[in-house]
Amino acid sequence: MNEERIEHVVAAEAVPGVAEHFDGEYPIVIKGLRNSFGDQVVHEGLDLKVRRGEVLGVVGGSGTGKSVLMRSIIGLQVPDEGSIEVFGHEIIGANPEEGVALRSRWGVLFQGGALFSTLTVGENVEVPLKQFFPELLPDLMHEIARYKVVLSGLPADTASKYPSELSGGMKKRAGLARALALDPELLFLDEPTAGLDPIGAARFDELTRELADTLDLTVFLITHDLDTLYAICDRVAVLADGKVIACGTIPELLESEHPWIQEYFNGPRGRAAKTGMERGKTVDSHGQTGD
Amino acid sequence: MRDWASYSVEETDGRRTLVVTGPLLISTVGALDRELRAFEGQVDAIDVSRCGTIDTVGAWTVLRFARQQQAEVIGAGKQAERLLKAVEEAESSAAIEPPRSRLSLRVPETIGRYVFEFGTGSREMIGFAGHIIVTILGTIGHPSRFRAKAFVRQVELVGVSALAIIGLMSFLIGIVIAQQGAAQLQQFGAEIYTINLTGRLSLRELGVLMTAIMVAGRSGSSFAAQLGTMKLTEEVDAMRTIGVSPMEALVLPRVLAAVLMMPLLGFYSAVLSIIGGAFIAALTLGIPFGTFLSRIQSVVPIYDVWVGLVKAPVFGLIVALTGCYQGMQVKGNSEEVGLRTTLAVVQAIFLVIVLDAFFAVFFTKVGWG
Repeated sequence: MNEERIEHVVAAEAVPGVAEHFDGEYPIVIKGLRNSFGDQVVHEGLDLKVRRGEVLGVVGGSGTGKSVLMRSIIGLQVPDEGSIEVFGHEIIGANPEEGVALRSRWGVLFQGGALFSTLTVGENVEVPLKQFFPELLPDLMHEIARYKVVLSGLPADTASKYPSELSGGMKKRAGLARALALDPELLFLDEPTAGLDPIGAARFDELTRELADTLDLTVFLITHDLDTLYAICDRVAVLADGKVIACGTIPELLESEHPWIQEYFNGPRGRAAKTGMERGKTVDSHGQTGD
Repeated sequence: MRDWASYSVEETDGRRTLVVTGPLLISTVGALDRELRAFEGQVDAIDVSRCGTIDTVGAWTVLRFARQQQAEVIGAGKQAERLLKAVEEAESSAAIEPPRSRLSLRVPETIGRYVFEFGTGSREMIGFAGHIIVTILGTIGHPSRFRAKAFVRQVELVGVSALAIIGLMSFLIGIVIAQQGAAQLQQFGAEIYTINLTGRLSLRELGVLMTAIMVAGRSGSSFAAQLGTMKLTEEVDAMRTIGVSPMEALVLPRVLAAVLMMPLLGFYSAVLSIIGGAFIAALTLGIPFGTFLSRIQSVVPIYDVWVGLVKAPVFGLIVALTGCYQGMQVKGNSEEVGLRTTLAVVQAIFLVIVLDAFFAVFFTKVGWG
């Protein structure tokens, strides 16, 4: 049969060992994580569970190891101790093949976008596709790249532009398009709204929420931005003293006694974000009908 | 084994329905996509109710086929419905690759651009040299503006830390000249002239030339890469806004260090290659080490030393100038740093060799042959 032949050809071209779809409740489970650089201990006995389908905001003062935590989960930083399970697979000490398979199921947006500067935005999106799914036809890859670019809120013609031709906000969106290239189940965002103007930041928040809902994403979001926390996060994990000192919805966190949490949410900026959020709700509902 | 998505065609009441089975995910849709692209025939509807999980790539595959067949998609669950809608809204026909013109246009265009850039580049480089001269004059007027610390640092980087590699290189070259020269001169029984050959060649030509090439590779490239990176990270702009002239702070110390160190390194290199020659002569020709060195004094005219010493600072200037110029020209992305660094080294070596040819003719004409 002709179709059987195609399937054989495709299976031969495919990269072996792409991981299965995940159905468990917790895509990320971290237990007893310890990270240190020389004498400086960043994490000590850190535990965290991320629920499927939620947008988890990770906050903490500078130097509390938010980025290090993310880098540990995605395997860029090897922790001293502890266990990190992603989609039920242990990351630490995983054999390289398994690690590669897992990589096809998460997308990462780095702070600066980290786009490959010698490729156009469209080609950037195609890089992970070619890496993990070489069996896809070039035509299909182009089509995927095109709609991912638009899905990330960029004008269609951005696909043929080089990163150096884009503004900071557009670079982030292009980075998001690349992070979404593989239709990941898990999306890591490292300070996505840092360096964006308030309007751009709000749009990016909306986009993140929208994509998380449409594509059924679990989002691990590192941020300093209180507005982002109020606007899109289902739960917030607070990092301090090398641990997750609290993890829950914002109202739950507000009841915490911890001085840092109190200062963070009840400080002038925290209150401004909260009132902004409450006011924004009514404005938003008008705005969306007009859209 | 991966669970590839596939399809079957069902017919009820004259309506042909394509039923998609198996998960419609990026990892499983590869085969289905090819089959559907090759699909011949007509269907009226596409049934996705049996496909289980779906992602945007699966949705896109179905949507694309539905559009091509002008068929409707039926049996879509909530998630499938949502994804189909999202993908449909996000569709575009934009190009992925940057626009490129035809080869027949691109070749002349590229050549033309090179010619043009050669012209503007040369002019700009002369302008850059002029800028350096103005800066030097300004610094002479206000000696306090001179960056002594940066200058000393560059002297160390360009000169002192190059001693080992240049010494070794020159020693080996001295050995090669003396050994090869002796092999040829022996045929006439004139191996004693090996001393003339080694001494004159080292002091006049090779010492300075090889040193210039080494300095271009070591320091010229580092100037270009360093200044280029500083331009990318906007350090140069930051300097300007604080009122610090990058010419004074960055370029001048480097250029002066190279101009000052080149004669020293060139002479040092010549001495080391003479020692190399003497070493091999003592070993294979039976000319004692001391005799070789004292013969050098009598057979090498003193103007050979001057020829080398006159050329050296000029070569140093060329190397530092191209390095700094190319570094300051960097803009855009990190790839440019690499390109400009390569260009700096290639141009520096090329210019040094061209100038060396002019010097050779010039010095012979003025009687220093």
